[in-house]
Amino acid sequence: MSAVVMNWIVALPELVLAVCGMAILLLGVAQKRENPLLASMLSIGALVLAGVLVVSGSRGQGYEGQLISDAFSTFLAVLILVGAALAIMLSLEYNQLQRIYRFEFPVLIVFAAVGMMVMVKATNLMSLYLGLELQSLAIYVLAAFARDDLRSAEAGLKYFVLGCLASGLLLYGISLVYGFSGSMDFARLSRAFATPASVSAGLVVGMVFVLAGLAFKVSVVPFHMWTPDVYEGAPTPVTTFIATAPKVAAMGLLLRTMIVPFGHLLAQWQQLVVLVSIASMVLGALGAIGQVNIKRLMAYSAIGHMGYALIGLAAGTEAGVRGVLIYLLVYMVMSAGAFAVILAMRRRGMAVEAIADLAGLSSTDPALALLMTIFMFSLAGIPPLSGFFGKFYVFLAAVQAGQWTLAIIGVLTSVVGAYYYIRIVKVMYFDEPAARFDVRHPAISIAGGATALFTVLFLAIAGPFISAADLAAKALFG
Amino acid sequence: MIAAAAFYVFSAIMLAAATMVVTARNPVHSVLFLILAFFNAAALFLLAGAEFLAMILVIVYVGAVAVLFLFVVMMLDINFVQFREGFQRYAPIGATVGAVLLIELTMVLTGWRFLPEAPQWRSAPIPANISNTAALAEQLYTHNILLFQLAGLLLLVAMIGAIVLTLRERRMPRRQIIRVQLEREVRDTLEILQVPIFAGTDEIGIRMRKAISEDRGEAAHEGAESPMLAASHAQSETEGH
Repeated sequence: MSAVVMNWIVALPELVLAVCGMAILLLGVAQKRENPLLASMLSIGALVLAGVLVVSGSRGQGYEGQLISDAFSTFLAVLILVGAALAIMLSLEYNQLQRIYRFEFPVLIVFAAVGMMVMVKATNLMSLYLGLELQSLAIYVLAAFARDDLRSAEAGLKYFVLGCLASGLLLYGISLVYGFSGSMDFARLSRAFATPASVSAGLVVGMVFVLAGLAFKVSVVPFHMWTPDVYEGAPTPVTTFIATAPKVAAMGLLLRTMIVPFGHLLAQWQQLVVLVSIASMVLGALGAIGQVNIKRLMAYSAIGHMGYALIGLAAGTEAGVRGVLIYLLVYMVMSAGAFAVILAMRRRGMAVEAIADLAGLSSTDPALALLMTIFMFSLAGIPPLSGFFGKFYVFLAAVQAGQWTLAIIGVLTSVVGAYYYIRIVKVMYFDEPAARFDVRHPAISIAGGATALFTVLFLAIAGPFISAADLAAKALFG
Repeated sequence: MIAAAAFYVFSAIMLAAATMVVTARNPVHSVLFLILAFFNAAALFLLAGAEFLAMILVIVYVGAVAVLFLFVVMMLDINFVQFREGFQRYAPIGATVGAVLLIELTMVLTGWRFLPEAPQWRSAPIPANISNTAALAEQLYTHNILLFQLAGLLLLVAMIGAIVLTLRERRMPRRQIIRVQLEREVRDTLEILQVPIFAGTDEIGIRMRKAISEDRGEAAHEGAESPMLAASHAQSETEGH
């Protein structure tokens, strides 16, 4: 701790968000009749307020080097807040119809957002762990939120048990790193590893454990087993949330941890990340083919996409990190959109989630079919849409860094992946129409429309986003 | 000198108490000896200058853990004699394993070499001019305030989670309604009968248990009164006899 400064203002958005969360909780408890709509609206307001504070807030290190606010954390925190707000918005109708309409739902999402913001700002292994755990604990509860539904309870329990295992791995890794280096501070660790002689075997083992723990949180092979079950079992708005903001936060955390403290050990972790990335891409592409449940399909798609994002990290360069950040932005928006469409799949008040239920959607609800087509094409990476640019930047970084194998395997698995994305489009446009869906809630139409617009127009509006990602990547290497 | 004497006294009592914990036949005695051992350990900590640890030991271990033990031992009727069955049969195996462990430990400890500077590293330095309670507080609430608060938030989320996942509002909660209780009068609940000699319950027309239970069903709709009603009926019944 070279500069012993508190600088508490660095955590202002987190503080405000946490206080808002507690205030909403108190309000919810104090009210005679539960009013989840009010709690949801206030939570969205709190997230927006935090977003304003994040963008306008002061930069720099704080809390004796435990937290940092830089361009990198700002970029990711904005994404996280948008993802959390989208999830609350999309949950309104679903929770009401599934009888899980309770004010704790948005409050838990707000607390998860606090945890995620700490994650992307953490510059100390302890604050890293606490942020991660705050996020995870809130999500375990959310996954089991439909407590009378057996699948939801199972999803929550499964996620909790496996998540605890991952936390154990992470903590073990952290303790090894601390034991062999004597510090948990990112800056000090980085300085300690600058001389190759100081890198002992125990340290590398510790780093691998840390990597494994974080890999669980971003759900990449071989720590992906929980993903399909949790995605399928959790209430769909929760799945929407799991698929968007926590992925961004965990990947951001992984980037900072690998680049800042362990940056000098690139040679040690690069092969590992390459391996994990390839395995995820292949499993994501092959595993999704046989799925009949669209939420399970999205889970395998998420595994594959996190594999693509890791290509950028495997490159280990500034361009690679920029690629990952753009990928996260694009992926978050399009998967939130796809889940908005999935949330609209509802017949006579009952949620349906089989791919076959989408049959002939183009004739019963052309607008919804068009939205889904846009998201599927984008997830597959078809050129004018945003998904293509996400892949383009990571592949570019991999090629520049000489990781040809990764780039080639990435392109090949995208082709395989395109099969199952386009199969959904085929089901919607060419199969015999099934019964029509219920009338959509306006929140779903708004969220779906906005994300689709972003996905389609990314080519035109990409400039500011890419320069922001550029700045963020520079902050990490600077 | 006095400190050394105190050390030996506390150590001796602690060792004796610890031995009694495992040898006492009555489990309640075991727990009480455990508490005695804790108190002596706390005194030893005090002698070593770790007043914070001493307090925590008394508050947490004696105040919470040991009392909890006592509750468990007293509430669960555990047959400790049964646990000791087969002691003689398994004693040789146990002794062998113990001996092997002892030999291994001796080998490890005798083969251990300390660095010359190790004694200085062995314990964290005690800050010069503040007590170690203050030093710990400074670590927790000044240097690591962020982590401390985050941990608090984490516990809050755990609490919300536990409540959300388990709390169920009952359809017909039997809440206490004070107004209803206060407005009751004797004749609402009690029926005083003049009972002729040798008259059975049938002759004097006292409602039997069956009727009472039907009553109870009705009372449940009215609110909180059902247990009291039943009790008062039972009372009138006994008076009838």
